[in-house]
Amino acid sequence: MLNTLIRRLIQMVFVMFGISVIVFLIFFATPGSDPSARIAGRNASPEVLAAVRKDFGFDRPLYVQYGLMMKKLLITFDLTSFQNRGQKVVPQLVQATPVTLSLVIGGAILWVIGGIVVGLAAAATKGSVIDRGLMIIGLIGISMPVFWLGSVLNLITQSRFHDTWMFSWVPALGYKPLLENPWEWFKTMIIPWTSLAILYIGLYGRVLRASLIEANEEDYIRTARSKGLTETRILFRHALRTSLITFVTLFGLDFGALVGGGALLTEVVFGLQGVGKLTYDSLKSLDLPVILASVIYASFFVVGANFVVDMAYAILDPRVRGR
Amino acid sequence: MAASETSIGPVNPEPVGAVQRRPAAGPWVTAFRKLVRDKAAMAALLVFVLIVIGCSFAPYYASNVAHTFPFSSNLNGKVVINGEEQPVIEESTEGLGLGTTPIGPTWDIHGYFLGADDQGRDVLARMLYGGLNSLWIASASTIICLLFAAVLGVTAGFFGGMIDAVLSRILDVIWAFPIFLLAISLSIVLINSSIEIGPIVIRAGSLWLPIFIIGIVYVPYIARPIRGQVLSLKNSEFVLAAVGLGVPSHRILWKDILPNVATTLIVFVPLMMALNMVTESALSFLSIGVQPPDASWGTIIQDGQNLLYSRPMVALAPGLAIAVTVMTLNVFGDGVRDALDPRSKLRIGGD
Repeated sequence: MLNTLIRRLIQMVFVMFGISVIVFLIFFATPGSDPSARIAGRNASPEVLAAVRKDFGFDRPLYVQYGLMMKKLLITFDLTSFQNRGQKVVPQLVQATPVTLSLVIGGAILWVIGGIVVGLAAAATKGSVIDRGLMIIGLIGISMPVFWLGSVLNLITQSRFHDTWMFSWVPALGYKPLLENPWEWFKTMIIPWTSLAILYIGLYGRVLRASLIEANEEDYIRTARSKGLTETRILFRHALRTSLITFVTLFGLDFGALVGGGALLTEVVFGLQGVGKLTYDSLKSLDLPVILASVIYASFFVVGANFVVDMAYAILDPRVRGR
Repeated sequence: MAASETSIGPVNPEPVGAVQRRPAAGPWVTAFRKLVRDKAAMAALLVFVLIVIGCSFAPYYASNVAHTFPFSSNLNGKVVINGEEQPVIEESTEGLGLGTTPIGPTWDIHGYFLGADDQGRDVLARMLYGGLNSLWIASASTIICLLFAAVLGVTAGFFGGMIDAVLSRILDVIWAFPIFLLAISLSIVLINSSIEIGPIVIRAGSLWLPIFIIGIVYVPYIARPIRGQVLSLKNSEFVLAAVGLGVPSHRILWKDILPNVATTLIVFVPLMMALNMVTESALSFLSIGVQPPDASWGTIIQDGQNLLYSRPMVALAPGLAIAVTVMTLNVFGDGVRDALDPRSKLRIGGD
């Protein structure tokens, strides 16, 4: 067990290092993407360009630049924005994190419940009209681009049906902090949560259905059936339990990916000032340090989340440990 | 051989005599027949083909039916509706009366069927052109992705050793990268600069940039399963038997490994196209995909954002087009997977 832990830990550090190098190279060493030209502006004279280059340290060897950047980003936390000089990047990220977390956690609760209900209902009524209908709805959910779905929901709740009893409670776009006014927070987040969850309800419902139906062929289900257990009990106590293993793995990966930038589009569409929106805004002004910081922290979060999932797996399932 | 082949096909009530008269169908024919019998998959394919055909009429529609040029703005244009001449961009009548509103859907095929965007361009014409770009990017990036993934996966799996170790570590790192952020990072840096790699020159704003970026970020998704499949094929009985018979390794690669990998790749084609289409639309929506004046369904949704409440059709129509196309690809992809099912395929082996 300890061996697995140490091996995975080393692997994780290696992957994080690899990611930080790739990100750094993408932003600071891609041919044609001279960051000093960007900071200096369009028609900068060569002298200004040289001054900027020296000022920001772009004249030094790449590995020194990489080291400095990582030190500022991960140790001293004083990396500053190119666009607004003096604006520190890491505190900005810390400030934006609760917004992203509220969006993703709320959405995740919705989609886990929705996914399990859809998967169970479809598997229990396999081949029937209900099953077909649920799978078609799920398929539609998977196929819609999330930013478009968000726009459609905005159109319905903010404009077309805002004045009816159905959606008059929906507040204007934007984030309300949870601690200041929990009820307002809840109301502003419902539509974004729904928008985020619909895709995953379709996905998880389909996955769970497939895995439940597969489990139905297994020996232990036949054993349970021959013991005379009721179908409901077999479904909930035996089939669902094993099927949830796939479900949980998938959940760990998706949750990590969403916190680590996947929720960007939803945040942009609903005007939520989360990490994704921050990245998007700096993307418009090409503020590389902010993008670099959010990409690296997000990737680290994803890698860390995967590590936790793997470890939880090894603790829960003894078969994995041996591998 | 014949016994195992019939076992993957559906139970066939054909008379026994008919089967005996002609030679047993090969695995490709069996899979193809199974696919053709799949009604949902065939319906999806039909819709998809119709969408492709519809989009390829874009130049014809723009120049001969709607008489419009959808790549330049048309702020002072006029359009005749029901015999009345109306401006394409109207002074806004809502709110304070400031600003302008483009014309809404006319539902008239001869011009502004779906209305105009805020540049006064015909949305339907742009959607047809945009569809061509979206479809092209989705297909080309799928081909690039599968090609790279196949080469990497087969090389790593077949040769093993140092090559495998290095390639696998690289794939691990890219795999761990949040895909969307990687695509965004690459796009931001590359989209406004032209790239020269040897004889290949990619101009700034070229469609090849999103194609390559989308193709490359998904390589680990395919390369890793391919590598795994090659590893297990290498230890399968028919390959070991071939090795025992002294068959040279390039022949084993060509005759035993690649045909099996090919089926897996084919299964991935429609599913990857669906994924790539959504990714392209997201990048274009963030304005780091297809660059103006070119259009794609994603950029038109972006154009429609400011008009969402006044002229929702600009954003609604292309999103619907993406959803329908992606859905047909997913349904067809499921059909292809059921027909080719790589898992049962492994049992029948190569030639």
